[in-house]
Amino acid sequence: MSAAPGRPKQARVPAGGSAVREATSVGVVAARDSILQRLRNASVGAPAPLPDVSGWYTARRRHEDTAQRVTRLRSALEAVKTEVHDCSRADWAQALLRLAVAKGLRNLLIGTNTPHGAELEALAPPDLELVRYREPIESWRDTLFDQIDASLTLARSAIAEIGSLILWPDASEPRLMSLVPSVHFVLLDVETIHSDFHAAMTAEAWSSGLPSNALLICGPSKTADIQQTTAYGAHGPRELVVLLRHAQGERA
Amino acid sequence: MSKTIQIHPMEDFKERTRSVLNDPGQRKNFRGAMDFLQAKRRAQFPDQDELAGLRELGAAIRRYSLANLPRLLERLEAKLVANGIQVHWAQTPDEANAIALGIAQRVKARSVIKGKSMVSEEIEFNHAMQASGIEAMESDMGEYIVQLAGEKPSHIIMPAIHKTKQEIAELFAKEVPGVSYTEDVDALIQIGRRVLRRKFAEADIGLSGVNFMVAETGTLCLVENEGNGRMCTSVPRVHIAITGIEKVVEKLEHVPPLFSLLARSATGQAVTTYFNLISRPRQAGEKDGPDEVHLILLDNGRTQAYADAELRATLQCIRCGACMNHCPVYARIGGHAYGTTYPGPIGAIISPHMLGLDSTYPLAFASTLCGACSEVCPVKIPIPDILVRLRNEAQARPDSEDATLRGSGAARSVAGTAVWSVWAQVYSRLGLYRLASWFMSRGRALSPTEQGAWTRSRTPLIPAARRLRDLLKDRQP
Repeated sequence: MSAAPGRPKQARVPAGGSAVREATSVGVVAARDSILQRLRNASVGAPAPLPDVSGWYTARRRHEDTAQRVTRLRSALEAVKTEVHDCSRADWAQALLRLAVAKGLRNLLIGTNTPHGAELEALAPPDLELVRYREPIESWRDTLFDQIDASLTLARSAIAEIGSLILWPDASEPRLMSLVPSVHFVLLDVETIHSDFHAAMTAEAWSSGLPSNALLICGPSKTADIQQTTAYGAHGPRELVVLLRHAQGERA
Repeated sequence: MSKTIQIHPMEDFKERTRSVLNDPGQRKNFRGAMDFLQAKRRAQFPDQDELAGLRELGAAIRRYSLANLPRLLERLEAKLVANGIQVHWAQTPDEANAIALGIAQRVKARSVIKGKSMVSEEIEFNHAMQASGIEAMESDMGEYIVQLAGEKPSHIIMPAIHKTKQEIAELFAKEVPGVSYTEDVDALIQIGRRVLRRKFAEADIGLSGVNFMVAETGTLCLVENEGNGRMCTSVPRVHIAITGIEKVVEKLEHVPPLFSLLARSATGQAVTTYFNLISRPRQAGEKDGPDEVHLILLDNGRTQAYADAELRATLQCIRCGACMNHCPVYARIGGHAYGTTYPGPIGAIISPHMLGLDSTYPLAFASTLCGACSEVCPVKIPIPDILVRLRNEAQARPDSEDATLRGSGAARSVAGTAVWSVWAQVYSRLGLYRLASWFMSRGRALSPTEQGAWTRSRTPLIPAARRLRDLLKDRQP
């Protein structure tokens, strides 16, 4: 492999400003064109058919009702040390507050302009400080990392087969809410649970628009990097608590 | 292509191998880890029909993606740029490091926090940053341990697999200020968590690898359990992702089967804790996420593999590590003996494109060709076939015009070539064969007792007293 023409080690030297940017972009263009040209020069034979991914999932998909999906989701989540609690639209906030007190949490981070956040605030809990994620992270990073005990976010939906919660963080519930606090509460409406990952992205038309960051979450953060021994609470939340919100009267 | 033929390439490969083989502690660590990972994977695939179908689908997706690679890369680039993600192309590790350094210097970065990325190991990223006075800190627990010990990963998924918890306990007690010796794994992980949390909050740049890139949506997918990958891609104001050009797929729906195969094959999990899809930098009104997202696409020999229809299959790899977990050679010599960024069977077939066949061909010979790797490969890479091909390339005429690999012909020797040409003559001419076998059987007493590498741990080979032909003649009525 020869170095690209004009690909500069000198890009290391000049600091700041347009010089670096310019040097980089020239090198990139040269590298880009050579790489693509080498790839185009290869003979790849007859065009490979587009794999039938839908066919695979459709043929194997279970026909199940919400209760069956809840059962599968719950067992997959519980297998990785996730707390799962059933609740209703009427009592989920009370259930959350009871759990928070039992865990000895001092505060709970909530989003801005969310109906569930408003419901919690309306209860004005005496034992739990509700903190809103109002400002960009730069202005309160240390507080988030060092002072916030827990957070609450709403899941967009979930995947029964792999026990994963789907989160699409946005301006009102930013992405660090589900990552930095030690305890992460997730509110999930059971009717949003999909059968499998493919079903979820198809039904929600992900290919026609994704947010800046989309997430699948299954359990609290973990690692097995020391002698293959699983330890929870690696870099993200130590505890994941899922509140399964059932429509009134459908409580499992 | 330059053709610098070295006569004794990787001379210390055998030394490293011997030293691990004579180290009962290392042998035990690797054997235990491999047995554990094999059992975990097996438990994830109880239904053999499902496994067969899913592997077929995974292989078809990877083959399709490679067959359309230049088109998909252009589409990916266009989509990423439209999404606000800056795309850079690098032909060599030096170019990749220069791009990263250019970004770091422009934003006046002092530190980089790193998620797990084997491509960053491939380009010796940490070294390049440190040489320019920028701290590069690993945040994956295994990588953090390995970096603290001043070592390199010995496995692509579990970097510190060669270390016992006692060794890690000693390391932490020695290297982490204010920490006393503990063998409790939870306590050790909490030490790493505490140290690295500050680093996430303070780092100027987060660096990550990429597991899958989606052309149709302009999305970078990251698979992980620890949350450090999310930290690196969400907290610092600049995120740099680096990966090989082969990691692209066309459609978002191509991701679920590959993700399932990856998680189950790699660590025997149905799913990882996090699956992170990044499509844009922070948008107006959003309160966190990086302001800048960069993607560095690295070639580093991948286009050489791509040019050849058989070797192209090497690029189907999704880096699950199942081939090394099931390899009888890797299980005995571990990752460090290979001396390359990627160890094990996949390392033996990808490294020649990155480093030249002349400096890596012994790896292709360090295989029993038992086929366990291709049997478990989730995307059906015919690894043993490629190993044989590389052996042949290593023996090819160095001056051949159509050499497809840099450094081919490096293993060719006058003596070896002569022996095989005599063998070919003898075995393709009946009269000559009969004559030779007659002399061999009658002159067996003259067989040397020292037969090179063969007799180092085996009894000498001595021809039979009577040939098969002689024995059959006795049976004729």
